Amino acid sequence: MTAAAVNDIEFRSVSKRYGEVLAVSGIDVAVPKGAFVALLGPSGCGKTTCLRMIGGFEQPSEGTVLIDGQPMNGVPPYRRPVNMVFQHYALFPHLDVEANVSYGLRQRRPRIERREVAKRTAQALELVRLGGFAKRRVHEMSGGQQQRVALARAIVNRPAVLLLDEPLAALDRKLRTAMQIELQSLQRELGITFLLVTHDQEEALSMSDYVCVMNAGQIVQMAPPQEVYDRPRTLFVADFVGKTNRLSGTVEAGGTTLRLGDGRALPVVAQTPGAVTAVLRPEAIRLDRGECSERMDALGGTVTHRIFLGNAVEYAVAIDGLGEMLVTADRSAARDPAEPGERVNLSFKPESLLVFPA
Amino acid sequence: MRAFVSFVYLFLYAPIALVVLFSFNAGRSASEFTGFSLAWYGKAFSNTFLIQALQNSLIIAFTSALLAAVFGTMAALAMERMGARMRLVFDGLFAAAIVVPGVVIGIATLVALAAVFSVLNPALASLWPTATPPQFGLGYFSIIAAHGLFSMAVVSMIVRARIASLGRDIVEASNDLYATPFGTFRQIVLPQIMPSVLAGFLLAFTFSFDDFIIAFFVAGSKTTLPIYVFASIRRGVTPEINAVATTVLIASLFLIFAARFLMREKTMRTSGEG
Repeated sequence: MTAAAVNDIEFRSVSKRYGEVLAVSGIDVAVPKGAFVALLGPSGCGKTTCLRMIGGFEQPSEGTVLIDGQPMNGVPPYRRPVNMVFQHYALFPHLDVEANVSYGLRQRRPRIERREVAKRTAQALELVRLGGFAKRRVHEMSGGQQQRVALARAIVNRPAVLLLDEPLAALDRKLRTAMQIELQSLQRELGITFLLVTHDQEEALSMSDYVCVMNAGQIVQMAPPQEVYDRPRTLFVADFVGKTNRLSGTVEAGGTTLRLGDGRALPVVAQTPGAVTAVLRPEAIRLDRGECSERMDALGGTVTHRIFLGNAVEYAVAIDGLGEMLVTADRSAARDPAEPGERVNLSFKPESLLVFPA
Repeated sequence: MRAFVSFVYLFLYAPIALVVLFSFNAGRSASEFTGFSLAWYGKAFSNTFLIQALQNSLIIAFTSALLAAVFGTMAALAMERMGARMRLVFDGLFAAAIVVPGVVIGIATLVALAAVFSVLNPALASLWPTATPPQFGLGYFSIIAAHGLFSMAVVSMIVRARIASLGRDIVEASNDLYATPFGTFRQIVLPQIMPSVLAGFLLAFTFSFDDFIIAFFVAGSKTTLPIYVFASIRRGVTPEINAVATTVLIASLFLIFAARFLMREKTMRTSGEG
């Protein structure tokens, strides 16, 4: 081996074709050691295919996948230093929990001593808080417990990279949140690179160090979660990660004014002039009750719906001459919430308007 | 409607019940019950011809079922990896083997074997170094071949249903956990499909043990139990035959229930409903 690789996973112009369909097209990406990376995208965007190419279940049509600096072309799954947590857990139904977890260790040649296998299996079960469950049959366990068995079965092998294929999709919301926290602390504890595939943007944002947004077989943006949310590179990313209000218009010469279709002018942070689509996050908008001012940059409208979200209130506001916009207000700011039918004023800071060339 | 159904069942099962009943008859008559006795069982099982036929049947049933289980499973595993179109063809062929009447299979096997022997025996004779080359003929081999072929279709259908419900992801999971393809087969696939293979074996055994039609065509000079029973019936139905029939019935029922149990237990476990 050459000098220790800095990247656990590297894609070098990787493409994957299924007949006529191009599932993954020319991806170049590097996952640094010890990072928690979320592959986020709509279904069919190629994220699972990428994961399966790392696992060795699919071979790239073009390009090379490197694991820990080693090219993996033609290397079968059972010779790769990665382990996968499958979407439906894929536990072995005829084996008990302990035999499931120790399975990977028992395949190793030269053989690992039996006492060592037992010790590491017990440790892994302890780590996922299933200490007393070693002799249980897997179908006697709940979904969340099966999930943890699947996790233990993978991490017991101390892989270079742990691949997680929508591992929380089958759990109910409350359990999912608990598992998100557990996964995150597990990753910190082990220092293993985690690569998580998900279509749930909330999950991707809350757990990972890097979010890698994919669309139509390509990586659109790879950045820390906050950057992806606050500075999306494209309209697709802005739309996919979080809720958006869209405004189309033209940036006028000078680049600080956005002229909307109805003649309204909104202030923007310096932009290249031209036709654009602007995006405004619902929580970046301030809502004030009362009759709207006549100023050109003001957005006056009527509340049409109010949705109580528990910790916040979401309003749908019909803007005069523009259409509907979503506004999210904190619970504290909404102690005296606006009623449907009420006239309100919307305002926002120019820097919160995200502008993309149309 | 209920009465009609009752009659159907009566006509179906009454003759069988009578056979069982008269096997315990003390007298010789097959129509008049004169007292309970196990004498006919004793007589049947001290009949050397019958014992010989029974032995033949057991050897043939066991061997053909074993072959069918092994090759049927192999066929099922291979079909799982085939392209959809090829699989359809083989599915059809297996289904055809089950649907085709026994008479046709019997004749077809006989003709095919005769053709093979007519080429093989002279060829062997010309190649053999000594003056007495081995001669292939009808007998154990031909019955086992005919039964094995038919049963293979049954086994592969049963095993295939099980493989289809197995799911690809546990195989992938095993691969992911460093198990070689053979290791995966031995530790994951085989234990999962074993009950259906056993069920297939038992059904194949039952089929071969009970089969008269195919065996009759290809048996040559060998006598299996059903052939023996058929031959003795020409000399009139005796309680001895009833005793044999009852024994076969009980053995067959036992095997079929065992096979059913094996198949049922497995589906329960996969659906996880316990």
